[in-house]
Amino acid sequence: MPPLANRSAGKPCYNSSFPLGRAVCKLMSIVDAGLADAATIAKYEPVIGLEVHVQLKTNTKIFSASSHEFGNAPNTQTDPVVLGLPGALPVLNRKAVALAVRASLALDCRVNRYSQFARKNYFYPDLPKGYQISQYDKPLAERGLLDIDVNGTRKRIGITRLHMEEDAGKTVHDGFSDSQRYSYVDLNRAGAPLCEIVSEPDIRSSEEAVAYLNELKLIVQFSGASDCDMEKGQLRCDANVSIRPRGQKEFGTRCEIKNVNSFRYVKQAIEYEIARQAALLEAGGTVIQETRLFNTATGATAGMRGKEEAHDYRYFPEPDLPPLIVSDAWQQEIRGAMPELPPAKRRRFVAEYGLSEYDARVLTLTKAAADYFEAAAQASSRPKTAANWVQGELMGALNAAGKKIEDSPIAAEELAALIKLIHDGSLSGKLAKEVFAKMFAGGKSAAEIVAAEGLQQISDTGELEAIIADLLAKSPQQVAQYRGGKTGVIGFFVGGVMRATRGQANPKLVNELLKKALDG
Amino acid sequence: MKITEKEVRYIAGLANLSLSDDDIRRYAADMEQILEYVDKLNELDTSTVEPMVQVLSAAGGADTLREDALGASYAADKALQSAPLSGAGHFKVPRVIER
Repeated sequence: MPPLANRSAGKPCYNSSFPLGRAVCKLMSIVDAGLADAATIAKYEPVIGLEVHVQLKTNTKIFSASSHEFGNAPNTQTDPVVLGLPGALPVLNRKAVALAVRASLALDCRVNRYSQFARKNYFYPDLPKGYQISQYDKPLAERGLLDIDVNGTRKRIGITRLHMEEDAGKTVHDGFSDSQRYSYVDLNRAGAPLCEIVSEPDIRSSEEAVAYLNELKLIVQFSGASDCDMEKGQLRCDANVSIRPRGQKEFGTRCEIKNVNSFRYVKQAIEYEIARQAALLEAGGTVIQETRLFNTATGATAGMRGKEEAHDYRYFPEPDLPPLIVSDAWQQEIRGAMPELPPAKRRRFVAEYGLSEYDARVLTLTKAAADYFEAAAQASSRPKTAANWVQGELMGALNAAGKKIEDSPIAAEELAALIKLIHDGSLSGKLAKEVFAKMFAGGKSAAEIVAAEGLQQISDTGELEAIIADLLAKSPQQVAQYRGGKTGVIGFFVGGVMRATRGQANPKLVNELLKKALDG
Repeated sequence: MKITEKEVRYIAGLANLSLSDDDIRRYAADMEQILEYVDKLNELDTSTVEPMVQVLSAAGGADTLREDALGASYAADKALQSAPLSGAGHFKVPRVIER
């Protein structure tokens, strides 16, 4: 399914920058065969391709100098270009190009030295000009790839192309007293810089689709091209789904699912669509190529029909913009400034710090987490302990407090100091957790808390031996039980020593000394 | 016949134009002539000539780009002043989705 073939005139194809279709669309409930059961679904192989729109992290729009910041009062971020006023001319944002090239390189795409903008013509109120400036037959970048891991199996997903385009405005259909008669249009987002990343139809399950999206998001985030904040619409996804009988080479007829704004919904929508298509084919029906909308309330997709000619976009080269030339020197400069990306970082964490694949993955879920871990690992010289504390106590406490790791009340160096106290035997794991909680709440250092509260672990053999002797003298019955073979009662003695020392005894030493006293 | 009246109607539909039957016949004839002229041009062998998508090509390159510097935006009332219909800070258009 090369995307260009899909976009040829006359074939139903919506460009995916918009959650809703072009032209006047009508949602129809279509007669169908319901959903297939697992056994029926298993007879078919799903073929999935994803189109992801990512908003590039610029201050201004792709072709003009107004802001595209999220969440401001409607229609306060427009200018003559955005409004499509007569005579207004687009001028391409250099930063937007640089970020799109960065995303392209991060996804292993080949960046074309020469690319061209094109007009995609249609009428819809979210786009005042009557066309969207996009790229068509000469996109910015092509032939990328991305590796995913699903259930321990690695798989390579091809990326067909990455092209630049402008976002459309937001159309609001509900929530106003006259919403039955009018749609409301906010053009703050119109003209925001996007790159559209189109995958090859290499994806074979909803799990692979989600793995692809997660990895793509992570790589683009790390590259610095976009924050990919889905709540702000900075990453949006459309899924092309078809199924074919297992063993068949030809692709089935695909449907494009739109209006999917979380990865969880992408998974649900794909699974629904597979079950729907399987039931349809099983009942002797045929899948109609169409655009479908995912309904988050019902978890179902529904066909969306417009006038046939609404799909004929009549692309032609944009006369108001010169071709985009990305020189080799510029490309090299961007490549040279590329930060370390998640796949390389994971490999390095495993090789350099001896982390498991799993730990390396968790610790590279955000750049902030990776940086934090690395600082703590280096300052403590105990990478594995640092990995455990960052993933366990720290992330747990941050989640509970609703904080991000970049706002952690404990600096990485402070956590490293705590880790050192554990490793030199000054603090037991249990005490360390108490100290950690106090550090998190109060912002004091581990050393200050240990000193102020007298929490130092007791590793003094003489002191512990005296406590043990006293305990044994008070507990003749338990001593007799132990010596009679019920060695399980050692827990009773350990508990006694811990109580006597307010939990500060070195547990390993207590065990050793107890065994010596009881056995000897 | 290079172009049918049906095709003219289709193109008019795409362009949101409503044309009378007379218009349709007239435009079909006009477009017919245009396409015949293009056929004439097509008699030239241009297989060794690079397509010129636009005249600014020579100036292409990084020099035609704009720095990412914030400029002024219109206030909402100014943005909306030419709108036939507006409300609550939005452009208002006849409802575009039927349910």
